[in-house]
Amino acid sequence: MQKKKKNSNERVLITGNEALAEAAMRAGCRFYAGYPITPQNELTAYMAKNMPKRGGTFIQAESELAAINMVLGASAAGARAMTSSSSPGISLKQEGISYMAGCQLPAVIANIQRGGPGLGSIDPSQGDYFQAVKGGGHGDYRIIVLAPMSVQEMHDLTIEAFLLADRYRVPVMILADGRLGQMMEPISLHRGAPPPVPAKTWALTGADGRKPNCIRSLLVNEGELEKHNYKLQKCYGAISRREQRHELALARDCDLLVAAWGTCARIAKGAVLKARARGLKAGLFRPVTLWPFPSAPLASALRRARAALVVEMNCGQMLEDVRIASGGNAKIFFSGYPGGRVPSETDILKAICRTAAEIRRR
Amino acid sequence: MKNKRQVIYARPASLIRRPMHYCEGCGHSLVHKLMAEVMDELRIRQKTIGVAPVGCAVFAYYYLKCDISEAPHGRTPAVATGIKRTRPESIVFSYQGDGDLAAIGMAETIHTANRGENITVIFMNNTVYGMTGGQMAPTTLPGQQTPTCPSGREPQTMGAPIRVCELLNTLERPYHIERVALDSVQGILRTKKALTTAFRAQMEGKGYSFVEILSPCPTYFRLSPRESMLYVKNTLSRRFPPRIFRKEGVVLNA
Repeated sequence: MQKKKKNSNERVLITGNEALAEAAMRAGCRFYAGYPITPQNELTAYMAKNMPKRGGTFIQAESELAAINMVLGASAAGARAMTSSSSPGISLKQEGISYMAGCQLPAVIANIQRGGPGLGSIDPSQGDYFQAVKGGGHGDYRIIVLAPMSVQEMHDLTIEAFLLADRYRVPVMILADGRLGQMMEPISLHRGAPPPVPAKTWALTGADGRKPNCIRSLLVNEGELEKHNYKLQKCYGAISRREQRHELALARDCDLLVAAWGTCARIAKGAVLKARARGLKAGLFRPVTLWPFPSAPLASALRRARAALVVEMNCGQMLEDVRIASGGNAKIFFSGYPGGRVPSETDILKAICRTAAEIRRR
Repeated sequence: MKNKRQVIYARPASLIRRPMHYCEGCGHSLVHKLMAEVMDELRIRQKTIGVAPVGCAVFAYYYLKCDISEAPHGRTPAVATGIKRTRPESIVFSYQGDGDLAAIGMAETIHTANRGENITVIFMNNTVYGMTGGQMAPTTLPGQQTPTCPSGREPQTMGAPIRVCELLNTLERPYHIERVALDSVQGILRTKKALTTAFRAQMEGKGYSFVEILSPCPTYFRLSPRESMLYVKNTLSRRFPPRIFRKEGVVLNA
């Protein structure tokens, strides 16, 4: 990170990975465990360099499995804790994420996505939408998934992620990609206090003057697990009602709503403006929370637009959520880039023009 | 004359009064009691945080009156690491069976020891996966029959038993490594002493301590509790010799 000046307009030129790491520490994160994987290595290195200076713990773990479980332990002991990785490493972390969901442990997990399946590529991708949003690990659980589209948002949404994790006692994932992680942009750093930490009476601190605390997800007595799962669902219901975030642009009078998230949303925004300049009434819908998915605002935008073009760097994953939200009331088109390639503004503009022509033909 | 009866043996305060789910003659119940006694004697119950494994001892929190976390199978020392680094002032133990520690969790076992984490790892070696039906473990003896090696463990295709103390003893950072056997009254007392040494090392901030306990599993040894202890003494101890491998950070030769 560049040298910081002590004024209120603190602007720094910084990579997305570093912006995320810096935000975590400013949000009061004092425990980080990670494992090398491209394209998120800057994040780990930034933590290694800076976490000890701020009185926190950095551990390079022996695997992603160990890293997520160190985070589980740190969170159980009451710390604000996080880990990060990229797609193949996030697959390894799913077991730990499921356990943390079951144990109601807050934590932040950053996925700086790369191409898949398998080892895929090290290029940016959005191939992990299903994994992040529909579960990933085993069992009936949800995690909050935030999708930044700029370096500033990598920073700001990380602060938000720690707030939400502690508020609901759930793991929160930041779902970015290699492009967002590695590009540099000038940003304003978070200057306020860290988000308030609620009293963690459940944390393992030593049973001094109280009954022993126990962190567990194993509930084998009759009816116990069912009750626990209803409790979790109640929490997910509250998150779903209160925490949906989205952005709509030029959607009031549009005939074609472009729906995209993260990097694709940012590029699509430019393409939509260019389409408008050509006389095509395009608009943009962009979920900031992928779960909870902002279905209601999307549905009402689709009732007006009657058609949507979903653009993703995958073969159609958010596409399914857009279809569900539309309830069959709009025609849904798709343009995907599954090979680790980031579409250009022109690519998306062409897709908008093609789709508009097809709608006219019908 | 007044009756001056003195309590010389009582239930340890750190042990929760509750019937244990362990089979009769199982080593877990014995070791839980010993751990509770050690926590009492060292006065550390209020600052002890344990990590329970996946396996028979998954319910350790039913019996030990201290804070306890569960861990995914094999990740027990990683969870313990996260806890200890967050709360260095607490006493943290990881309690694991042979499958958890030496099969699925071998990487965590070695790397936690290699970092010299200031925690205590208690390794219950009974040569089988007790919870799931007595399957072959990394420590199963050659020829020993289990549901997953019905004709007996054959080292040529299934590997030979792993001696974990010996393995960890090749690392630089561990402070105390010891193997004991629940094979007799002396063995039980030695086990308690080893646990005391290990916890005390942690209290003094000396670093990683590891206690392997050869433990009877009458159910899957298919022996009576008494015969199981004799089996630990006469058979297991031959393959896994009980002794101190590392004392105060120094390797001791056999």
